[in-house]
Amino acid sequence: MKRQRDTTKKFEETPAQPPESDRYVLRLYVTGMAQRSTEAVAGSKSICEEYLDGRYDLQAIDIYQHPHLAKDERIIAAPTLVKKLPVSLRHVIGNRSGKDRVSLGLDLRLKT
Amino acid sequence: MKKANSRSVMPRSLPKVPSGIQGLDEITGGGLPRGRPTLVCGSAGSGKTLMAMEFLVRGAVLHDEPGVFMAFEETAEELTQNVRSLGFDLDDLTSRKKLVVDFVRVERHEIEESGDYDLEGLFVRLGHAIDRVGAKRVVLDTIETLFSGLSNAAILRAELRRLFRWLKDEGVTAIITGERGEGALTRHGLEEYVSDCVILLDHRVTNQVSTRRLRIVKYRGTSHGTNEYPFLIDEDGISVLPITSLGLQHEVSDERISTGIPRLDAMLGGAGYFRGSSVLVAGTAGTGKTSVAAHFADAACRRGERCLYFTFEESPDQVIRNMRSIGLNLEPWVKKGLLRFHAVRSTLHGLEMHLAIFHKLVQEFQPQVVILDPISSLIRAGTSEDANAMVTRLIDFLKARRITALLSNLTSGDKALEKSEVDISSLVDTWLLLRDIELGGERNRAMYILKSRGMAHSNQVREFLLTDRGIELADMYLGPEGVLTGSMRQAQEAREKAAALVRKQEAEGRLRERARKQEALEARITAIRKEFAAEEEEANRLAAQEQAKEQVLSVDRDAMARSRQSDVHEAPRPRGNLSGRT
Repeated sequence: MKRQRDTTKKFEETPAQPPESDRYVLRLYVTGMAQRSTEAVAGSKSICEEYLDGRYDLQAIDIYQHPHLAKDERIIAAPTLVKKLPVSLRHVIGNRSGKDRVSLGLDLRLKT
Repeated sequence: MKKANSRSVMPRSLPKVPSGIQGLDEITGGGLPRGRPTLVCGSAGSGKTLMAMEFLVRGAVLHDEPGVFMAFEETAEELTQNVRSLGFDLDDLTSRKKLVVDFVRVERHEIEESGDYDLEGLFVRLGHAIDRVGAKRVVLDTIETLFSGLSNAAILRAELRRLFRWLKDEGVTAIITGERGEGALTRHGLEEYVSDCVILLDHRVTNQVSTRRLRIVKYRGTSHGTNEYPFLIDEDGISVLPITSLGLQHEVSDERISTGIPRLDAMLGGAGYFRGSSVLVAGTAGTGKTSVAAHFADAACRRGERCLYFTFEESPDQVIRNMRSIGLNLEPWVKKGLLRFHAVRSTLHGLEMHLAIFHKLVQEFQPQVVILDPISSLIRAGTSEDANAMVTRLIDFLKARRITALLSNLTSGDKALEKSEVDISSLVDTWLLLRDIELGGERNRAMYILKSRGMAHSNQVREFLLTDRGIELADMYLGPEGVLTGSMRQAQEAREKAAALVRKQEAEGRLRERARKQEALEARITAIRKEFAAEEEEANRLAAQEQAKEQVLSVDRDAMARSRQSDVHEAPRPRGNLSGRT
């Protein structure tokens, strides 16, 4: 019952949020300097610049350096791009060679 | 671990880690392969997660080997709650840095796949958790969930292979659980990767009774039990019940204990059963099995020993009342706390639950004697194979504790008596057979010892009498008219007595006659002897007469010669002349 009330509240609040929440908060979890990691970093950067133009906060994190984050952020695969905001959490895994699917994952198609 | 010692026992066996799960270490000959992954597979609800969790908890508590539980299906909270009923306090272990529970959530709708990836995230998490507590044991439950969360099976397979390799390199002993698949051990063929040790769990319902079973499908480089072993999950966790732990090394006793029936003691080499042996009393309905059992219970209590009496068909009061009718009062023993009845319908629970109760009660009450009356009714709680296996394990369990067990077994009339319905005949040490004999319009009981290991025992069939002073065993009548029992035996005995009397009288008569004859002969001998003496006397007399006559004659002759003035009287007379001697 409680859970239901929470979601209702959340639902009502969502449209009322200021447009700043339109910002994308993205975290890219990679493993060291492997080829897939660098590909992923470069790929996500270019996509963000292309579609989000300054409305994004992208950070690449090496889970080898911060292993505890892997658990906290529920990472299983690498590389993984986590979209923390806007709501509806999403993980995109892989070196993102296919941009369309990434876009789909990032809900970007709606914007264009 | 004493290396030299273990080597001498198992020459080329893998080093093993005791799982801490009751019974499993006995079947595997020491535990799971150290530093290698073990696959535990089974269908839903077969106890995989529990077994894996117990492996970690026992490791942490008993062997000081911290563990990591990587859960793919349940959250840490759910797990903690689920195993709390088994007495495992995961929160406590976690706070003491003995355990890490990491819930890996794989939600397909949250995940998009795009291009190449690896499962390094999982590796990092696992590695981090292992490092945090210095884990020696790892559980992955159930890693196949990844297949439903991620679509690229090729990558997954490659990564799983790498994961198991990595676990080996880390030197942790791992349990990987897997869901049972159609025609294969696991749905996604995990057995291909984890090939050192595979354990299969099963939860079957036969005749509305459920039984859990465990089987070691494979254990590379070591000997292991290959059977299916039932196991229980109760408030103490899992216990696997090996039918016979790989060895048969229980200590035996030379001590003998009375059966409670003096004549039966005599038949059993004069001393009764061996302590710690198992005795089977088999017979058809109404042959007195319970009475034999009650005598044994009574004898045990008289010695001051504790006796645990399982009855599956009668209530304790009923047993006590019925035994009173044959002069056996068990009630004081119950009051003294030496005799404890446990009456339960065999169909009340499944066999595994029965076995669990046996174990528990035996451990609680610590009896010297256990009676199960009758084990045949346990068949109703399962199939006969299961009942067989269960009784076997029970006997083994009791033997290992040097508890003397008496099992009664009802055999149905149409089956061979020498075959017990619950086929445990090869396991029991002493086997008494009770049977009824119908003869001359009445039914009587007979008893004999089919076997009794390690002692000289009587081969005689005895008539078995239930009197108001308890059981009595009488000799059977064996004669030209066959085996007779009951009143026919008594009649025959009477007849024999009469016949014997007649024979005795006849013999005496003959003896007397002979004596008379002898006497008569002797009289005749005396008479003849007298006659002989008379004859002899007469002969002597005649000879003397003759001599006298001759003498007279010779004197006459001399006189005559002298009168004729014969001149020859100077000359020597020729020999043979009678007169020459005078």
